[in-house]
Amino acid sequence: MHPRLTQKIAHAVLLLATLLVVLPVLIILAIIVGKGASAISWDFLFSMPRDGMTAGGIFPAILGTLYLVLGAIIFAVPLGVLAAVYLVEYSSDNWLSRLVKLSIVNLAGVPSVVYGLFGLGIFVTFFGFGASILSGSLTLGIMILPVIITSSREALESVPKHFRIVSLSLGASRWQTIRHSVLPHALPGILTGMILGLGRAAGETAPILFTVAAFYLPRLPQSIFDQTMALPYHLYVISTQVPGIAENVRYGTALVLLTLVLLLNLAAIILRSRFRRKKKW
Amino acid sequence: MVDAPVKFSIRAFHVRYGQFFALRDLHLDILANEIFTVIGPANSGKTTFLNSLNRLIDLVPASRCSGEIKLDDVDIRHGMEVEALRRKVGIVFALPLPLPLSIFENVVYGLRMQGIREPQRLAEAVERSLRESYLWEEVKDRLSTPAMNLSGGQQQRLCMARILAGQPDVLLFDEPTSGLDPISTARIEETMLVLKEKYTIVLVTNNVAQAARVGDRTAFFLMGDMIEASATSKMFTAPADKRTSDYITGKFG
Amino acid sequence: MKSIQVRKLKEWFIEKAILLSGIFSVVFVVLIFLFLLREGFSLFRGESVIDFLFGKSWYPISQPPRFGILPLILGSLLVTLGAAAISVPIGIAAALYIAEIAPQRLKEILKAGIELLAAIPSVVIGFIGMITLGPWIKNLFNIPTGLTALTGSVTLAFMAMPTIVSIAEDAITAVPRQYREAAIAMGATKWQTTWRIVARAARPGMVAAVMLGIGRVVGETMAVMMVTGNAAVIPRSFLQPVRTLTATIAAEMGESVQGGPHYAALFAIGIVLFIITFLINGVADLYLHRSRR
Repeated sequence: MHPRLTQKIAHAVLLLATLLVVLPVLIILAIIVGKGASAISWDFLFSMPRDGMTAGGIFPAILGTLYLVLGAIIFAVPLGVLAAVYLVEYSSDNWLSRLVKLSIVNLAGVPSVVYGLFGLGIFVTFFGFGASILSGSLTLGIMILPVIITSSREALESVPKHFRIVSLSLGASRWQTIRHSVLPHALPGILTGMILGLGRAAGETAPILFTVAAFYLPRLPQSIFDQTMALPYHLYVISTQVPGIAENVRYGTALVLLTLVLLLNLAAIILRSRFRRKKKW
Repeated sequence: MVDAPVKFSIRAFHVRYGQFFALRDLHLDILANEIFTVIGPANSGKTTFLNSLNRLIDLVPASRCSGEIKLDDVDIRHGMEVEALRRKVGIVFALPLPLPLSIFENVVYGLRMQGIREPQRLAEAVERSLRESYLWEEVKDRLSTPAMNLSGGQQQRLCMARILAGQPDVLLFDEPTSGLDPISTARIEETMLVLKEKYTIVLVTNNVAQAARVGDRTAFFLMGDMIEASATSKMFTAPADKRTSDYITGKFG
Repeated sequence: MKSIQVRKLKEWFIEKAILLSGIFSVVFVVLIFLFLLREGFSLFRGESVIDFLFGKSWYPISQPPRFGILPLILGSLLVTLGAAAISVPIGIAAALYIAEIAPQRLKEILKAGIELLAAIPSVVIGFIGMITLGPWIKNLFNIPTGLTALTGSVTLAFMAMPTIVSIAEDAITAVPRQYREAAIAMGATKWQTTWRIVARAARPGMVAAVMLGIGRVVGETMAVMMVTGNAAVIPRSFLQPVRTLTATIAAEMGESVQGGPHYAALFAIGIVLFIITFLINGVADLYLHRSRR
């Protein structure tokens, strides 16, 4: 076959494959919006559930997700950013830094349900926190640590090397250099990573299955030692275990969760591209 | 000149990367208030030498130094903090490297790192150092504008002012005019000649004619060794080593 | 000066904290493994590792309970292979398109779209798969239930594809421009260049992408739980309900007694999963290193 013809066919096949990957996003969105939009109302979003979950709203699940995600970020961001600072600014290419990098890769690959087991074993049982917002947040926090570290590393590495050299040559110490000439310029990238981490933590179910989530709680959580409802777990239960829930309520719950996660990711993507375009150097 | 005090005394100094010697067995005195120029072809160790004087060589993870360098008779590695050393020995790089800050903030960066914060002191330091580097008249009305907006020559003078604000003893110049046009080059050379009244200057240059123009004494480096060092006039008329005269006359480079 | 000493002390603490933070990632990996062992080890007092890994019966609540995970391993394997068969060719093809053929503007939109696909929570994908794909497969093949290994494979393929596409695309883009220019200069068409030169040069990175995608599939829990039917028996075809290792843990933990043999068995499954994904990610990382050099 003539090479030009082969090329035309090949390119068409590749385009088709790409569409196969991307279109499902739109299809999933379309289905969920289509069937779930009718359930969305002020009442749905902000009131408590009634009648064993068959009426009322999902406010406690939304609130619970927000608590868990905030807790995860509070734990993961300081630890993750400092770990990234270690890797980029302080470590040399020795066995320790290679071990740290390998560990981060492994943490990123651990299945979410294994994180759930870990959270159960260490926070719920060993430390005795019980199934609680504290246990759930800590578990989610460790899970998103690789995301924070990786994006913070990229942000730090993108700061031009000569900023550091100039700062040190003027008599600044290593930490002063990081604090004044490196970190400020890496902040947008770190922020992007944080938003991505938020999105990831908001959507995960398995880590919170054994560490915090409850399906039906009569009142909102009062402290970090309480259990809470959460959106992903809520969606799972009402779609697999509770009969008699209106179809649009199920889709509506999925819609709320999906919107939350996609908005966060979209914000991160936009922030990242604006940052890349706006660089002052 | 003969009785000038010794600023830097360098004895048996080596810089090694694994098995490769970037600088080998260096013995040298640099006198106060002179312009000491270093010439030589690429990879001769000139920049390594310069970076050893302010311990920027420490930033290269694979480097190993041995031997002794003393500043005012104090060992720069064991006798003082590296930050204090770098405040006394400032460096201007081959490319102008302003920080992404305003002109004012660039100049006071080193002072802020020392903990000096009083606006009066900072403003005085800014005016004094920008005058010393002959940049004051051009920028005095726009000190809060970004330093990146200045021209190349202006940025390089800003980099000089940045160091001068901290009142150093020694100024290191690493091929400071290689990226500049002849007029800016001439201005920087003039400034160096004025500055040597107050400071000791070590100038690394690829431009042999520049060494002849401004250097009091000159050293010729080749592949990690210092071949010879003497008064500039003597080196350029009657160099001791054939390699030196070959380089100066352009037989290799 | 006193303030210099105070500053130096503060900096010493900060730099120690930074070092500690770096080491924490190693600590966490070790801790995860240790705690899995701590809770799971008691199972092996009453049962050998061989019986656990290769036993054909998973009856945790019968008397006496049987804890053989072979059906679960095979379930995971089947679903993973099926997902790989779908997602690898499509994913690599899409990566080639995006990296080499798509115009710049379209490329950015496609990459954003794929990032969004990767971000969709697995419970949402499981929900959609359960409600739309399940019944469709049931009708298509005329089988008793639509929740099968095949459903699981198709659903999980959609979760693996973004990973495969984005990592493979990075690897393909990283191939130096000179390779392409040399081929074009010798008269090759763009497709010939892409297929014969660029794809070959990017092979280590593409292998890593596939492995990481597979790693993601092996570790998936919620979507799998919702679409594969949850029957812990040795599968004989794709059109049967199966149970994966991950789904077993998630589904049965609630029913188990803390500290009892069932509880320990679930943690033991966690150990198996940890080791599997550890190996997959470790090897993938090696390939990524090779491709970056």
